[in-house]
Amino acid sequence: MELAIQVLVILAQIAAVLGVVLTHVAYLTYAERKILSDMQDRLGPMEVGPHGLLQPLADGLKLFFKEDIIPAGANKIIFSAAPILVLVPALIGFAVIPFGRDSLQLGAIEITPYITDINIGLLYILAFSSIGAYGILLGGWASNSKYALLGGLRSAAQVISYELPLGLALVGPVLLAGSLSLKTMTEAQGGGFWHWYVVSQPVAFVIYMICAIAETNRLPFDMPEAESELVAGFFTEYSGMRFSFFFLAEYANMILVSCVAVVAFLGGWQAPLPVLDFIPPVVWFLAKVYFLLFFYIWLRATVPRLRFDQLMAFGWKIMLPIALVNVLFTSIAKYIFS
Amino acid sequence: MQDSVVGLDHYGDDDADIELVDGKPKKRVEDLLLNMGPQHPSTHGVLRIVLEMEGEIIVKATPYLGYLHRGVEKLAENSTYSQIIPLTDRLDYTASMTNNYAFVRSVEKLLQVEIPERAEYVRTIVAEMQRLAGHLFWLGTQSLDIGAMTVFFYTFREREALLDLFELLCGARLTMSYFRVGGVDRDITQEIVDRLYQFLETFPEKIDEYNTLLETNRIWMSRTRDIAVISAKDAVNFGLTGPALRGSGVNYDVRKAEPYGAYDKVEWEVPLGKNGDTYDRYWIRVEEMRQSAKIIKQCLDQLPEGRIAADVPSLTYPPRDKVETDMESLIHHFMIATEGFEVPEGEVYCGTEAPKGELGFYILSQGGNKPYRLRIRPPSFIHMGAFEHMAKGYMIADIVTIFGTYDIVMGECDR
Repeated sequence: MELAIQVLVILAQIAAVLGVVLTHVAYLTYAERKILSDMQDRLGPMEVGPHGLLQPLADGLKLFFKEDIIPAGANKIIFSAAPILVLVPALIGFAVIPFGRDSLQLGAIEITPYITDINIGLLYILAFSSIGAYGILLGGWASNSKYALLGGLRSAAQVISYELPLGLALVGPVLLAGSLSLKTMTEAQGGGFWHWYVVSQPVAFVIYMICAIAETNRLPFDMPEAESELVAGFFTEYSGMRFSFFFLAEYANMILVSCVAVVAFLGGWQAPLPVLDFIPPVVWFLAKVYFLLFFYIWLRATVPRLRFDQLMAFGWKIMLPIALVNVLFTSIAKYIFS
Repeated sequence: MQDSVVGLDHYGDDDADIELVDGKPKKRVEDLLLNMGPQHPSTHGVLRIVLEMEGEIIVKATPYLGYLHRGVEKLAENSTYSQIIPLTDRLDYTASMTNNYAFVRSVEKLLQVEIPERAEYVRTIVAEMQRLAGHLFWLGTQSLDIGAMTVFFYTFREREALLDLFELLCGARLTMSYFRVGGVDRDITQEIVDRLYQFLETFPEKIDEYNTLLETNRIWMSRTRDIAVISAKDAVNFGLTGPALRGSGVNYDVRKAEPYGAYDKVEWEVPLGKNGDTYDRYWIRVEEMRQSAKIIKQCLDQLPEGRIAADVPSLTYPPRDKVETDMESLIHHFMIATEGFEVPEGEVYCGTEAPKGELGFYILSQGGNKPYRLRIRPPSFIHMGAFEHMAKGYMIADIVTIFGTYDIVMGECDR
């Protein structure tokens, strides 16, 4: 009985987190279109619902009812598996994100503001996000199209190149917190914004943000799907539901990397000043995530796209050495001061 | 033995070409052949390019043209001179005013007709407005190709204002057919003049606004500096004209070399590049927009009174109010509209500075109201000749930058 209730609670938590994340993904597309429109002197979606609020729903329905096309000569199994291989890792990372501080007590049942708190939380997220690259690579390869293949190859190269500095940037906060658990990491940053790791690890934060943009394939690093050269990159041949999986994964990834950035550098659900503690922690968490998401969209409206070789050179010749030096200095500082 | 090579059949090679090593076909390294277009989001129309690539580096780029061929030159042989004007609209459809201008200038050169001063000024004004619209269009699409999408919406906002003015002037926004042999169709009204002044007042700030997004943007610079470099000598040899030529530092602008319209009556400069790369060509077009604004402003200030069409009854329509009341005028109007006008025997080439380069019309007349042969020298077509020279050795991501940097329009290229 006890076990059954626990399983039920966990399932309910998973459902709730998935629901919230997917709603956010849907409305992130809406927000992106609206914010871009505002920056570009136009209206954006206005037709479906008041101010186009139901647009994500309409888009979802349209994609759902589209014909399922597998191009001739494509490897059917891999072609069908690739979108799932991209979407699942993007969603699975949310399992370890602590969204708030307080657990909810319902009699004997305790509902935590996270699905689970494993002691290798950060490693778990990084590991799964790398699996997503397989989906992109395989999807590009299985499509039997040169554009998709080039897009897939680019993406694989890009993800590998930027995974390294991304991981190294996160080593800084891990060293300071002394734990890979996202919950412990958040708690270590309590007591005002000057305890946040963005203050003690500014270099790591900047590196992380740049790599996170590259990881999520967004401008100025949206090489794998560079519209103007490769049509749509690795998902050129995808349509309907499978296409929407890639799309969902991209936006879910955006939210995930923002969540990790918030936890690792911006104090998670911690209020910036102890005086402001009366505001629920989850509000702080969301506010910080929204700010980072806005930043991504803002960036998209501002900058052009880098070229592929420039992107690789930037990753290996600039980001990686800086990240390594940062790890070195953090380690020395940690050793001396503790 | 046959079985072992079956899998390679679709490479289209003869069996004899395949070397066998231990009974298996020897592995070969082939360049990747990528067919780009005619349907591709950024080939600016129906351009098709077959790229041979080593990884992402272009070894050979072969443009295949003709997907938008409509036989304009042949159609012209069966049309009166006035009927050709709408055909020229559809050459470079982002700059129909300058196309019209280039064509009517050639016919006028053949006819040796004197154009009234006001008409010359109006022509210069609309041609420069068209240059602004064309360059804005170019800047928007070029930056969109490189990924800076916001600039696109900003430039189209200003282009919209210009198109509104064109609509006010001649009723059309894209295919204007505003020019007539001997003058222009309608007079420029005070409202247009006022609105144009208003537009010009804010326009330099708008250019600065685009530049804040591009001019010193590190990514923009790394995507355009030292890309598609062409030396002055090569540029001349390939017959490049317009901003593509001036980007390499060659001071050639038809408006200065053989002034027409009111270009010699106003003060302006020809911006010149140094390196002949994409950045220089971008900079030149932006500078040209500033110069065009300057030209329009001076023309508006100096705009003389007078006729807007030559006083040559055989060429130009009688005044509209007379057509409705006077029998002779009605017949006169009818004859010009149906039969056109006679052009003396002879041949002529006349180049005009279009936004994309020198747009030339060669007309061979054997008398009568139709040309015997019309030949168009479209800058886009000539520029495509230098495409491989400029694309070789760069990466596939640069291809779109290189299309863009010529400012090609396929309507003009394929005719």
